[in-house]
Amino acid sequence: MAQIELAPTFREERARSFWADLLIRLVREKPLGTVGGAIVLLLLLVGILANVLAPFGYNETYVGPRLAAPSPEHLLGCDQLGRDLLSRIIYGARVSTIVGLSVAGISVLISTFIGIICGYIGGKLDIIAQRFVDAWMCIPGLFLILTIMAVTGPGMVPVIVVLGIAYGIGQSRIVRSAVMGIKANTYLEAARAVGCSTGRILWKHVLPNVTAPIIVLFTITVGGAILTEATISFLGLGLPPPTPSWGGMLSEAGRRYMLMAPHLAVWPGLFLAIVVYGINMLGDAMRDLLDPRLRGGLGRYDVARKKLPK
Amino acid sequence: MRAYITRRLLLLIPTLLIVTIIVFCAVRFVPGSVIELMAAQIGEAENMEEAIQSIKHGLGLDVPIYVQYGRWLGGILTGNLGKSLWTGRSIGEEMLNRLPVSIELGILALITALLIALPIGIISAIRQDTATDYIGRSIAIFCISVPAFWLATLVVVYPSVWFGWTPAIQYIPILKDPVGNLKQFIIPAVLMGMVMSGTTMRMTRTMMLEVLRQDYIRTAWAKGLKEGVVISRHALKNALIPVVTIVGMQLPILVGGAVIIETIFGLPGIGRYFVDALFQRDYPVISAINLVIATFVMLCNLAVDVTYAYLDPRVQYT
Repeated sequence: MAQIELAPTFREERARSFWADLLIRLVREKPLGTVGGAIVLLLLLVGILANVLAPFGYNETYVGPRLAAPSPEHLLGCDQLGRDLLSRIIYGARVSTIVGLSVAGISVLISTFIGIICGYIGGKLDIIAQRFVDAWMCIPGLFLILTIMAVTGPGMVPVIVVLGIAYGIGQSRIVRSAVMGIKANTYLEAARAVGCSTGRILWKHVLPNVTAPIIVLFTITVGGAILTEATISFLGLGLPPPTPSWGGMLSEAGRRYMLMAPHLAVWPGLFLAIVVYGINMLGDAMRDLLDPRLRGGLGRYDVARKKLPK
Repeated sequence: MRAYITRRLLLLIPTLLIVTIIVFCAVRFVPGSVIELMAAQIGEAENMEEAIQSIKHGLGLDVPIYVQYGRWLGGILTGNLGKSLWTGRSIGEEMLNRLPVSIELGILALITALLIALPIGIISAIRQDTATDYIGRSIAIFCISVPAFWLATLVVVYPSVWFGWTPAIQYIPILKDPVGNLKQFIIPAVLMGMVMSGTTMRMTRTMMLEVLRQDYIRTAWAKGLKEGVVISRHALKNALIPVVTIVGMQLPILVGGAVIIETIFGLPGIGRYFVDALFQRDYPVISAINLVIATFVMLCNLAVDVTYAYLDPRVQYT
């Protein structure tokens, strides 16, 4: 059947140029952000192509001598079960990618939903919901996450869901304040005046105007989620053993052998640090490009908001 | 001012109540697992059911959850945090015993963080967009990105491989041997402080940059004051106010970091108590620690806001 070629609509054209424009500005204005972006791209590629790139399977035991030092055959050496460390780290990139992206996706969905509804509708609903968010944010993230993980037990799905919810509720504050910032704008009044339903206003008018902070939140959450997953796996409450989690490789079980094979202690953590560093750099650059208000530095009260020229 | 503080304190009550509900419910979604663990320890597979029932009754877990919550809340209001399911010891006492370790670690970490963050942040701002600034900013992002547990693992592994030196396993109380105690605490505290310093560093830099462009700084320069005086007397004093806020807001991160560091270095603090309780599914201990820490965080936030209002006369209490 012949396909009819449609000219791109106005919105499609704009959406494309928004991303292209962002990319061009990133490369031109933010060298460190570009480096971060390259690291993120590399992580994604390694994650997707893990089974092509890895010389051995992640759980293939005794492919080399136990605790072997790095050699041409096993570039990063082998662990206590004779598994090739490089392969495990490459598969670990896949695990981190999956966890990072899914957690950020879930948390952005939750925080956008709560943030937009509370911010736009306000009133009693907002007051009650915000007390809950207050309470939630008072318990330090790691404590809350570890507590719930102890109940659900280890596993990929629990980790993603628990981290997604924990991040999502906390970050709804940021979306909420962004919504409240645009609430008084005339275009919303106009939309109400022509009789748009609340749902339509939220979807067509509020959401598109808070995408910038949401994109920034997404980027930052990916890094946070990867780091938190590694931390809880390290404590033994995240991803269960044969899964090649970078945090899990450094955990108790691994630590017992590290005195005999110190290379086991270096690589997983080093890759974790590089990846999180890259994501943070990218996130920083995105924030500067998209939404300078999120930069912080104004304290809680808007003192000295006035920016003087250099 | 007094009215402001009173109002803030009153607002704490509903929040605290919701916190108790969250921490109480969070650990009880899957009941029974701890009982099975305990019954399995007693042994005798035939009368497992009976054993489970008697354990449940003994621990007061055989009543509906809202009754349990009521009893628990009642206990807390009278200052009783409950007892450990496993040891039967009072949680309040146990926490008091462990508190000095966590507080000492926290204070040392905070000092380290400020010692690293303030100088680098200030220099970074004064020499904006120079190589010094880029290095400073990279250090800050590095501190934020590097996993604390990895650094700690390296510190435990490498010195012992290279020099045969290992961190002390046994906790040394400060009153018994102050030097030994400090030696034991300094490495974990520096690691915690490093991880914490990143955010503070960036905040210090941003605030210094903002303040350095104010009119009164130009006046100070115009008066012919030396750089040191302008920076320390005029700029720093104003820039540090929001830094107080960020330090206060980072306390939860500090508390969270203690979980990892205390576990790796074997320090018997609150964080270690928490991790042990998690593995034993010791619900009352987990709930109690969460509650105490949440209360601590809330009070810190309040203290930060009040200090802020006190330090900066431009802030209005609304």
